[in-house]
Amino acid sequence: MLRVSDLSVNYGDTRVVDKLNLALGQDEILMLVGPTGCGKTTILQALAGLIPISEGEISLGNWASTPKKPIPPEKRNVGMVFQDFALFPHLTVQQNVCFRLKDTQLADHWLSLLGLESFRDAKPARLSGGQKQRVALARTLAHEPAFVLLDEPLSNLDAALKDSLRWEIRDALKKADVPAIWVTHDQEEALSVGDRVGILNKGVLEQLDTPEACYSTPASRFVARFMGEASFLQASYDNNSASNPNNTVITDIGNVPGTPLHHAHGDVDLLVRPDDLSLNGAHPSPNGTVEWVRYEGESRLYAVTLDNGSHLKVRVSHENAIKPGERAHVQLVTTHPLAVFPK
Amino acid sequence: MTNWPKSYPLALLIALMALLPVGVLFSLAQDSAQFFDTHNLRVLGNTLALMTLTIIGSVLIGVPLALFTAYVQMPFKRFWLIVLAAPLALPSYIGAFAMYFSFGRGGEIENVLGVSTPPISGLWGSALVMSLYTYPFVMMTTRSSLLSLDASLVNAARTLGLSLGASLWRVVLPRVVNSIAAGALLAALYALSDFGTPAIMGLDTFTRVIFVEYNAFGLSQAAMLSLQLMVIVGLILFIESRISGATERPGRHLSLFPAPWQRNLMLFATMPIVFMSIVLPLAIFTLWLVREGTGGFELSYAWNSAHASFIAAIVAVLLAIPVAHAAIAGKAGRLMERITYFGFGVPGIVMGTALVYVGLQLPAFYQTLSLLVMAYVLRFIPLAVGSVRTTAENIDSGLVKAARVLGASPREAFIRITLPLTLRGMIAGAALVFLEAMRELPATLMLGPTGFETLATYMWRVYEAGYFGRAAVPGLLLVLLSGVGLILMLSGERKAQFTVTEDKGS
Repeated sequence: MLRVSDLSVNYGDTRVVDKLNLALGQDEILMLVGPTGCGKTTILQALAGLIPISEGEISLGNWASTPKKPIPPEKRNVGMVFQDFALFPHLTVQQNVCFRLKDTQLADHWLSLLGLESFRDAKPARLSGGQKQRVALARTLAHEPAFVLLDEPLSNLDAALKDSLRWEIRDALKKADVPAIWVTHDQEEALSVGDRVGILNKGVLEQLDTPEACYSTPASRFVARFMGEASFLQASYDNNSASNPNNTVITDIGNVPGTPLHHAHGDVDLLVRPDDLSLNGAHPSPNGTVEWVRYEGESRLYAVTLDNGSHLKVRVSHENAIKPGERAHVQLVTTHPLAVFPK
Repeated sequence: MTNWPKSYPLALLIALMALLPVGVLFSLAQDSAQFFDTHNLRVLGNTLALMTLTIIGSVLIGVPLALFTAYVQMPFKRFWLIVLAAPLALPSYIGAFAMYFSFGRGGEIENVLGVSTPPISGLWGSALVMSLYTYPFVMMTTRSSLLSLDASLVNAARTLGLSLGASLWRVVLPRVVNSIAAGALLAALYALSDFGTPAIMGLDTFTRVIFVEYNAFGLSQAAMLSLQLMVIVGLILFIESRISGATERPGRHLSLFPAPWQRNLMLFATMPIVFMSIVLPLAIFTLWLVREGTGGFELSYAWNSAHASFIAAIVAVLLAIPVAHAAIAGKAGRLMERITYFGFGVPGIVMGTALVYVGLQLPAFYQTLSLLVMAYVLRFIPLAVGSVRTTAENIDSGLVKAARVLGASPREAFIRITLPLTLRGMIAGAALVFLEAMRELPATLMLGPTGFETLATYMWRVYEAGYFGRAAVPGLLLVLLSGVGLILMLSGERKAQFTVTEDKGS
């Protein structure tokens, strides 16, 4: 089992990764997300042994790497899939995948599983981006790594390909039965593919949990905003279970069940996602004004300013057309609990 | 990472070796009483005049040709580019030799055609020859910069009502001034350090006078003159380092489609240049070959040239590997690499003077091939470093990392990934060093063991003795070698478009 404890990495005097702790279960896919420059790639490189670490320990059953006693990358039994594929340009697909293999049986297995049979003798330069990334994945898995690191494997591919390759990679990793850490800056990718999601901000792991938990009960406002469109609504909340047995949060636009975070009590901010709300342009007593609207195809996203001053984003069906400047009625329409942040 | 990259110690050693000639010259020049006199002043004046005229000539020829080859679309475009770049590959002493014996009273032109022509010699003769063989520097640097400019700016100027000529003058040329200057400075360096041309034309520049002093056993005076020459060279190198090529976002470059008659007129205008720099030497040497046969020439001359050059090429590439890798590894390594470039700026005659002195101090080396090979290596190692570094840099660093995480040790990654991917650069570098060394004249004259005659030194003996007809075979062989060198350089330029970096994304 891959175990990382108190891992820190400095570049010169700058701390890029600060006291990272995580453990990876068998065949678990952990997604690391965060904005550009949050230290995601640095973590991968440190785990692979490609850069020195400043503090902490990385261990995997038969080895443990520390700043004093680093283990070189070739001794770690790690697999890595690179953003720019890193296929050896002077070798064919077959030679790439068999780079350090004596027995080519596994290579054949992965080549056929990923549909690369017919490209065996091609040089990488002749392949398309998606094919290159499949070859890179085949190469990694054929070497039977104890864990796999994926460094934004889809970021150099076009949107249509991203979507399908995402699932192909996930399936292949599950078939190979290896744990993996997958770095991305795309929160949607993180939520849909990962067994667990870790959100990084400025080198610190802000939350590490299931995708559902990260989305619905974010550990911080940063996580809340990063995982999707987030509005914060003025509300009041009583955390005494005797007087408020249903954990009800009271707002100007309706009452909903809440999940209190950080001992929220009294005047609080309620985390509202665009789909927790309804918008009605024909309501007799409107409570807000539409600022702008974005047409998204199957839906419309509205920005609404409530009469009490709160700004909200509302996503509703595309049939519902209200023009900017018009009045409308906004209401909370959710039955699942929403996260409550202290002011 | 506090520990140094593995390539550093070796690279440092090689960099220190590259500084050897100057150290030697300083200690040697201390014996000299004469620091500066009126004779010196005349030499300085001649040298600077030659340099200035060369800059003017090379820019006047090179810039129009750059515009022509970069923008004008015509059939056989690549052929014309090669023809116009060809003089770069020829050593200018070949041209000087041919022109000196062709023009003037009793020259070959008068002998064959019966037309009397003015002699080509002295300052103006040297400047003409220099310009004819250095304009490709200006043409190539300017051309590559022209090609990187976005055509839309010229198109914008023209839609705003400027004529094509005026747009080129006001919109294009100001943006390539730095590249023109860079090319002109290369031409200036060439003019400063070339020995053969002023020597044949009888112009007392530093290089010629240094050789005269050396022959008169005035080694310390030669060293003093060498140091003075190095000061000027250093100044030019300094100016060159200050010129930064403007980097613009490259776009689709301009293409012009003139009418066929206009195009042919332009091509016709380039003919005198091609004629003087390439056709004339070829014709003269061929004429001599027909008239006088191969008399006096021995195959051993060619063998000697090849032998010494081959060893120099191998040694230079072996030494270039650590230097190139150090240059990529970090700032200190980059500095070491810069220092090895120093040898390229040291004129052959200066390198010769320094190493002759080394030979006198270390009798084991005196009059041996090793000293000559060392001179070649020190002078031409930058060619090898440059081509090894370029290919090594083009390797995506991710590739070595990928090999490492697949379980390869650093050694295995180097052998299986880095080495095969840089092999082409190493071979190209070795070939460049080989060809340069084959044609090198002054250092070979000074350092070759007694009786060790090469193609280049044989041409010099022929010139000194006045049996110019005997220059036919070595002359033609040198032209042929230069042709091979040119093909090599151009294929390198074209291959650069298909390097491994293309692999990134698609």
